[in-house]
This record gives sequence, C-alpha cells and structure tokens, in this order.
Amino acid sequence: MSKTSAETVVENNQTGNQFPAVSDDNRVALAEQEKREQWKLLSLTFPALVVIALVILIPVGWLFYLSFIGKAGGFSLENYQKMIEYKSYARTFTTTFQVSFLTTLICILLGYPLAYFLAQLPGRWVGFFMLAVLLPFWTSLLVRTYAWLVLLQRKGIINDFAINMGLWESPIKLVHNMTGTLIGMAHIMLPFLVLPLYNAMKKIDRDMMHAASNLGASPARAFWTVYMPLSLPGMVAGSLIVFVLCLGFYVTPAVLGGGRVIMVSTQITAILENQFNWGAASALGVVLLIATLLVLFIAGRVLKLDAALFGKS
Amino acid sequence: MNESSIVDSALPISIRGLTKQYGQLYALDTVDLDIKSGEFLTLLGPSGSGKTTLLMAIAGFNRPDAGSIRFGDKEMILTPPHKREVGMVFQSYALFPHMSVAENIAYPLKLRRVNKSERRERVNKALDTVQLSGLGERHIDQLSGGQRQRVALARAFVFEPRILLMDEPLSALDKKLRERMQIELKDLHRQLGVTTVYVTHDQREALTMSDRIAVIDNGQLMQVDAPQVIYNQPSNAFVADFIGESTMIPLKRTGNELFVGDERVSSVPDTPAETDWSLVIRPERLMVEPGTADRDSTLFFNGTVKESVFQGETALLLVVLDDGTEVSVRSSTGTATPGITANPGSQVQLAIFRRDIIVVPTGNSQR
Ligand SMILES: Nc1ncnc2c1ncn2[C@@H]1O[C@H](COP(=O)(O)OP(=O)(O)OP(=O)(O)O)[C@@H](O)[C@H]1O
Ligand SMILES: [Mg+2]
Repeated sequence: MSKTSAETVVENNQTGNQFPAVSDDNRVALAEQEKREQWKLLSLTFPALVVIALVILIPVGWLFYLSFIGKAGGFSLENYQKMIEYKSYARTFTTTFQVSFLTTLICILLGYPLAYFLAQLPGRWVGFFMLAVLLPFWTSLLVRTYAWLVLLQRKGIINDFAINMGLWESPIKLVHNMTGTLIGMAHIMLPFLVLPLYNAMKKIDRDMMHAASNLGASPARAFWTVYMPLSLPGMVAGSLIVFVLCLGFYVTPAVLGGGRVIMVSTQITAILENQFNWGAASALGVVLLIATLLVLFIAGRVLKLDAALFGKS
Repeated sequence: MNESSIVDSALPISIRGLTKQYGQLYALDTVDLDIKSGEFLTLLGPSGSGKTTLLMAIAGFNRPDAGSIRFGDKEMILTPPHKREVGMVFQSYALFPHMSVAENIAYPLKLRRVNKSERRERVNKALDTVQLSGLGERHIDQLSGGQRQRVALARAFVFEPRILLMDEPLSALDKKLRERMQIELKDLHRQLGVTTVYVTHDQREALTMSDRIAVIDNGQLMQVDAPQVIYNQPSNAFVADFIGESTMIPLKRTGNELFVGDERVSSVPDTPAETDWSLVIRPERLMVEPGTADRDSTLFFNGTVKESVFQGETALLLVVLDDGTEVSVRSSTGTATPGITANPGSQVQLAIFRRDIIVVPTGNSQR
C-alpha cells in the first residue's frame, strides 16, 4: 500500500504529532535502495550467465542443429528415423539405462552402510575414513579404470587369488563384460552417493534415535521407522546424481566393457570414428540429453527433488 | 483415571552408588538417590553438573561404570532403553519431523500393537490433555515452540509409562509461556500421578514445581530436600549460594560460639569435623533502619549505602558493612518500605531476625 507523504502529514496532525512527517517517510529512498541492490546482485551473476551461455547453450544448440542435417547436407529427419529403424539403437539405450540402474543399486547397497558407519564415527576418525572414500575420487579416472582391468583380467590378482583359495576352478570372466563394467562404475560413483547421504545422516539428531528407543522401538525398528526415513532425502539426492552421471558415462564402460557393453556414449564415439557422421552422433546426443532431463523432471515430480537436493527437511 | 490406576501408575526409583566417568572427569560420583512413587523430583545444578547424565542413565541411554538403578524392586541397570518403559521429554523435543502430530503421539502405541480405533481414541485424549485438540494432522514444523513441547509431552505419557523424565523441557520457551507451562506440567503431574524426574538449571522453576529438589554439583548430590528446606536450611555453602540470592559472611569461632564482629550469632551446630562456618544472609530478609528492634531476637549491622537499584517489583540496595563485606538488601518498591530510598554514601543500619539466620559449614565440609 502506498501512501503519499501529504496524507501522512494530515494523519500525524490528527494524532497531535508535532514533528513533520515528510522527513520520516523514506519510502521512495528505501525502494530505490532495494532496486539498486537487486541490480548489484544481478551484475554479480552476469559473468556466470555469460559463461553458461557460451559453453553450454551454444554448443548444445549447435548439436541440436547438426542432428537435423542429413548425409546429403540439407535439413532431414533421417538421423532420428534411423534410430527408430535399427534395433541396435534401442539396445544401446536399454543397456545404458540398465547399467545406470544397476550401478545406482550397487552404490546404494554399498554406500548406505558405509555412510552410516561414517556418520557414527567419533570426530577424529571421520577425517581418516573420509579420506579413504575420497582418495579414489581425486585420482585419475583412467588410472582407476585400468587398475580394475589389471585386477579383474583372466590372469589378474582376483582370479589368481580365488583359484588358489579354491573358490572357483578356472578363471572367471570378470572383465570385458557387464560384470567388469558394473564393478568399475560402482567404484567410481560411490563417493557421489556417500557424500550427500553422509551429510543427511549427520543432520539426524542423536535424540531422534534415543526418542524412538525410549518410546519402545527395538534398534532395528527404530532404524526402519525413524533413521531410514530421515536419511532418505540424502539417499535420493545421491542416487539421482549417480544415475544421471552414469547415463552419459564413457571411459569405464568403454575400457571394462571391452566392446560388449555398448552405452550411448560409446556408440556416439563409434559413429564418429567409423562413419564420421556428425549428424547421427548429434542426434544420439540430443536424445540422451532429453532422456536425462526427463529422468530429472520425473524424479523431481515424484520425489520432490528440491527438498532432497536443497535440504528442506 | 480411576483410583487403582493412580496407584499403579507410579513406580519408585532407587539409585545406589551410580558412577559415570568421562576420562578423568566424574560426571556422576557415587550418586545415591531415592525417588518416591508419584513424586515430582527436580534435579537442579549448574551447567555440566551431571543432570543430563543422570537422566540418561535412568532412561538407559548411557552405560554407567558402576552402581544400581532400580524401578520398584526390579534392577534396570542392564535393561536396554526400549524395554525400560519410561517416558521422556527431550530438551530438543526430538519429535519426528517425517510424521504428523498424531503419528508422533501414536508411535509408542503402534509399537505396543494397540489397535487402530483405541489408538485414535488415546491419541485424541492425549491431545486433549495437553490442549492441542484438532492439531493432530499438523506437521511438526507448523507448530510453535510451546505446541511442540506439548506434543513431546503427550508422546511421552500416552503409553502410560510409570516414570516420566524431562530434560529442561521449558528452556526454549519465553518467560510468559514458561510460567504457564510450569503450572500446566504440575497439573498434569497431579492428573497422571506418575513418578517424575525433572531437570532444570532454573532455580525458580525448581522451587515452583517440585515436591523435592536434588541439588547436584560436579556429579555429586549436595542436598535432597523439599523446596522450603532447600531454601531455608541449605546444608552447605554450595546450596546456600546456588539457591536464591545470598551474601556469605565468614564467622569467627570462639569456643563453641560463632561471632560476626562482636555480635554472637549462634552456637556451633553439633556436626563434627567442620571447622569453618559462614553466615548466609538472604537479601529479602534484611531490614533497613529497623528503629527500635529487640536485641535478643535481632542481629544488627552498620554500613554505608553504595548503590540503590530499582528493579521493578523490588529494589536492591548495595551496602558496604563496616567490616568491608558487601551485602545486598532487597525490598518491595511499594510505599510500605521506607528507608530503601537511601542515597549512596549515607549511613544505614540493617537488621535481620535471628530466626532468619542461616549458618552453613565452609571449608572442611567439601570432599
Ligand atoms: N559424551 C561425553 N563425553 C565426554 N564428556 C561428557 C559427555 N557427556 C557429558 N560429558 C561431561 O560430563 C559432565 C556432565 O554433563 P551433563 O550433560 O550431565 O551436564 P548437565 O548438568 O546436563 O549440564 P547442562 O545444564 O549444561 O545441560 C560435563 O562436564 C560434560 O562435559
Ligand atoms: Mg543437560
């Protein structure tokens, strides 16, 4: 509601206020100040906005444009038509989602107990164990992937050890297939799940579990009815990050899959290397991008993502 | 609630030799405490004195190093918390944020397999008791501090525990609401008749609410008595100093008599082993310019006014006695009290009735 200063003066006179109200009424000046501050804030974000426009929007737009260019050089839908015609494309997408889903699942199964363990540790130990989780995070992706190749191959350490221990008779094929891919992917993705999950668990007040057991819940019951639901936002956030990262992952499936696990990213490279077909590659990229956005959108709708990611309890 | 349920709704607690050490620090030092059936007992002590530690030991959340905790005849020291059947109101309330008010209160009932219709009935009754009827569907973050506190309370007693523990449940509330909740808590205690252990470091709260107060310091019980006794007959200097305002004046001992200046205060109380004694003076028990009072029943002091402070319902007069001790005098600010208007620098005479005198041991009394 806006009131002119003249009215204010009249009002003040009626209440017997002998001070002139005009000098007290800083409405205009305050509004101007607020506007100035908003502009200042906007100007702070401006560089970031420019960078986003340059490195994301323009290349993606270019990709989008390329995907509609046919072999002949003119506008055409053939790149998308091929994707529907050839079974191999559908298979690629199925594999991609399968690998992403399984990796996420493995990460949850391994990561939840790990995060729980970290969250229960006394302060001085957390640093050490956190380092153990983060160290692989900081080493080169390629190094870790080839390390797994060494460990998992036919004559690798794991097969040797298992055969010596009598766990299995002859070498098992642990690499150049789905198994190897999943092992490598899960290892690389684990910190992305553990960190948000640990964060959510740390926020759970000790008194919550005390209250549950005080009210009569056995430790298991207290876990399922109180701890688990309260840590869920962190788990959802972590799982989503892992899943989305997996959708576009390249190096690990390419190396450890040994050509048998064809993910979208692998196929894009193949198309570029073998056929030098930018149009087809771009179309695949566009579909993958849309699929990823769709996953995020649906998850956002179903799971109230903003709450999970931005920590509104 | 009928007669019989009041009788068996309470359980005495008997604590013997309870000790809990954190490294070198004794959080609880051989605590012996008997809490009667249906009693409202308050643990009062400064920060870090071990109040929460004792409460947690009763609830079973920490493992003492030694000692015994009995509910009735039953030894509970090894019983896990979920089998102890004690209700607890946490300082942080510890309400489950992913459940509604009604679901929070129904939680202990669900665990006890109470069927749905009875559950609803009992939840509604509990909500009624804490005057929150109709708020069952609310989410926890839609409640005010006072309302949360009541939900926590309803959740703690809805399963009819025979012991109720509360850890500074009112500390987060503002003064007005806190005073109202004190009265409501007391009412509720009367209604439920449950043995209650209440923790606070607010001495006024303790004096208002308790049947008995247990004063604790450095993990040791200093005195366990009714509020009047704690206030009027503190058994040591710590209690005298901690409860209420007081000025301590060291006493001189001649033979079996105790003196302040030339004035005889009392004979040495017949507790052996103590050597040093102090006079405890409550500010509100000092009279200013008493005029012609009887010397046999009254003790006089002369001093100079240092400062006069207006504090609303009462005024405080800081007086430096002739021997250098500073005492404060509190009197109500109505026109009924002359003398309190004394200006700084002026001479005043103070007096206290001998029956209001408190003498406590200092020195050798502490272990
Ligand atoms: N887990 C712990 N580890 C080490 N020391 C502890 C631990 N818990 C409590 N203490 C120590 O034990 C002593 C008693 O703590 P306690 O929490 O019982 O105090 P309190 O009387 O409840 O204090 P407050 O009024 O501040 O809540 C304190 O000195 C505290 O530092
Ligand atoms: Mg405490």
